[in-house]
Amino acid sequence: MATVNVKINGVEYAVPQGSTVLEAARIANIDIPTLCYLKDINEIGACRLCLVEVKGARGLVTACVYPVNEGMEIFTNTPRVQASRKMNLQLILSNHEKKCLSCIRSTNCELQKLCRDYGVDEGYIKGTVNEYKIDDSSVSIIRDNNKCILCRRCVGACNNQGVGVIGANNRGFDTEISCAFGQDLASTSCINCGQCIVSCPVGALYERDDTDKIFDAIADPTKHVLICTAPSVRAQIGECFGYAPGTDCEGKMVAALRRLGFDGVFDMNFTADLTILEEANEFLSRVKNGGALPMITSCSPGWIKFCEHYYPDFVDNLSTCKSPQQMFGAIAKTYYAEKMGWDPKDIVFVSAIPCTAKKFEIGRDGQSAAGVPDVDFAVTTREVGRMIEKAGIKFRDLADEDFDDPFNVASGAGVIFGATGGVMEAALRTAAEVIEGKPLEKVEFNDVRGVEGVKLASYKIGDINLNVAVASGSGNAKKILDAVRAGELDVQFIEVMACPGGCVNGGGQPIQPASVRNSIDLAATRAAILYKADEQKDIRKSHESSAVKKIYDEYFGEPNSHKAHEILHTHYVKRGLYNNK
Amino acid sequence: MKKKLTTVNFKGTKEQEEKLIAVIDKYAGVRGAMMPILQEAQEIYGYLPIEVQTIIAERTGVALEEIYGIVSFYAQFKLNPDGQIAVAVCLGTACYVKGSGDIVEEFSRLLDIPVGSTSADGKYSLEATRCIGACGLAPVLTVNGEVYGRLTKADVPTILAKYKD
Repeated sequence: MATVNVKINGVEYAVPQGSTVLEAARIANIDIPTLCYLKDINEIGACRLCLVEVKGARGLVTACVYPVNEGMEIFTNTPRVQASRKMNLQLILSNHEKKCLSCIRSTNCELQKLCRDYGVDEGYIKGTVNEYKIDDSSVSIIRDNNKCILCRRCVGACNNQGVGVIGANNRGFDTEISCAFGQDLASTSCINCGQCIVSCPVGALYERDDTDKIFDAIADPTKHVLICTAPSVRAQIGECFGYAPGTDCEGKMVAALRRLGFDGVFDMNFTADLTILEEANEFLSRVKNGGALPMITSCSPGWIKFCEHYYPDFVDNLSTCKSPQQMFGAIAKTYYAEKMGWDPKDIVFVSAIPCTAKKFEIGRDGQSAAGVPDVDFAVTTREVGRMIEKAGIKFRDLADEDFDDPFNVASGAGVIFGATGGVMEAALRTAAEVIEGKPLEKVEFNDVRGVEGVKLASYKIGDINLNVAVASGSGNAKKILDAVRAGELDVQFIEVMACPGGCVNGGGQPIQPASVRNSIDLAATRAAILYKADEQKDIRKSHESSAVKKIYDEYFGEPNSHKAHEILHTHYVKRGLYNNK
Repeated sequence: MKKKLTTVNFKGTKEQEEKLIAVIDKYAGVRGAMMPILQEAQEIYGYLPIEVQTIIAERTGVALEEIYGIVSFYAQFKLNPDGQIAVAVCLGTACYVKGSGDIVEEFSRLLDIPVGSTSADGKYSLEATRCIGACGLAPVLTVNGEVYGRLTKADVPTILAKYKD
């Protein structure tokens, strides 16, 4: 790689050609603050916090977008730089609602940290302050523009997702991030993915909090309150308690949930396995009977809503399988309720998920197998973290515990659902064995692994030539579907996850600041835990899970049976792009 | 100033829509074409309500929000149609210091519409303009293009009375 020589604060470094000053400084182990810049999402040089001195340049330059060149001398920390950053912080703060004590992002706020670093307090500049109505129309995402600093990271994230329902409207002091024509978020084609929330440096965007309702349910002696955790939650929850990204905290998570008072703590990996059985068989039956192909996975509710809004002509291609979350709730209120002799109405089923779109999914039509909603509350990893913290449970000191029977057996294939390509790999493991009728020599399908947005692979299974595609990030799904629509891509099976990198990078995961996201690949770091967990499992194929076998023997008969269809499958709607037309 | 959303019902015709589609297709594949498309759309309809912007969004594949962001940013684009009686009060520096702020407020009060909007029946519109270059007549305003100068707040009812029918 070609390099150029630069001096940063008097020390010489060779840095890759084409680096920005920000990237070069990181090589020198210097973190330049950024409030608007977020790698791959927002690179517009707007917040003026990353200003540095460059010898010979006319004024201060924005490190986030300014490229280095040979012999450049950069000063990141002079009094002039500090004074300028401090002034810009004061200006930003002057039109920011400073309710920091109760703010959901307090202690995890990038603006708060910088104000502390630069000694900026609240009352320095007193001017007009804009007042905005909080947009709480969405069941997933709440926007409070009183705290917005107009960095536009959320706009970049939304555009990257191929959604683009929020943007900067009006101008000057009236500028606000909002939807077209003042519509509320719920009436737009927002897919609820929450990538805007995890990009926000402050408390202007957050998920609808359902934790108080869950505490109430737990305190109600007439209710059986059950929780199940999605595959990726174990890989992130530690980040709420100071663990570095990439720490597996499954055992402590289970222990903490039990101490919160849940009557059952279950592993969603079980229904991930079940999804594979249903989905792989649905796929084989579509191939055999001429059903809609390519078949597209249906685990990601952000993706489902995206498809319904933006690609309604592909709705019939979606697998009719409910997502693992919904399957678990449905089983809890049918099979498990019968087994325990409970009335489904007395069960409160909670899912812990990496996702804000799942808050929308629980209210969809066709998600009430027992006549009551399959899932009562979907809470993000962040909310679970807050519940544990509020209850005073010392997460880091807990001893590991195991999930509850009878669903505590899961295969490695179920674990990797949380990473992009995981569902595809799990399905391939099962489909290959079903078709070929003999054990796989190698269970890894490496071509569908990795955090690239679009992955294509071809396999010969039995006498079927199978072309598959994997997309993560709904913007990347667009690329695949456009190619399929144009007849340029011939695939039979597509996996789509709405969030870039899959659930490990979901909109409900713990929020990492730009200083972390600009330097490590969060999705890859978190996914590594899931692949490691898969490797350590004795059973690595969904159809070999004894829990799955048992529920088919005792309850469903066989995959795609009439009963399975009634309880484990659903339907979709074709939505318009612009609802208010 | 923040732009006001219109309360006037959309009365676009088939012919207007065909013209707009021809404009959009003329610019197909041209980079940076959104500004001329919006300008020509405004020539066709007189303003750019959600119905017009939605046609442009669907035809160009550009998100409605992105288009609205442009329209709400530039002073040249209108979200409200001109009323049958279109009042435009100059808020340029000379007129402003001569009291045109009070005049525009008086129109707003008497017509019962906010500045920058059109009454729901489409009869009256009230606009605050930049300097119209007639500072010698300050404070100055126009009604349907007719110029009135050297006014006070007390002249407002008299002017409106002239347009009653």
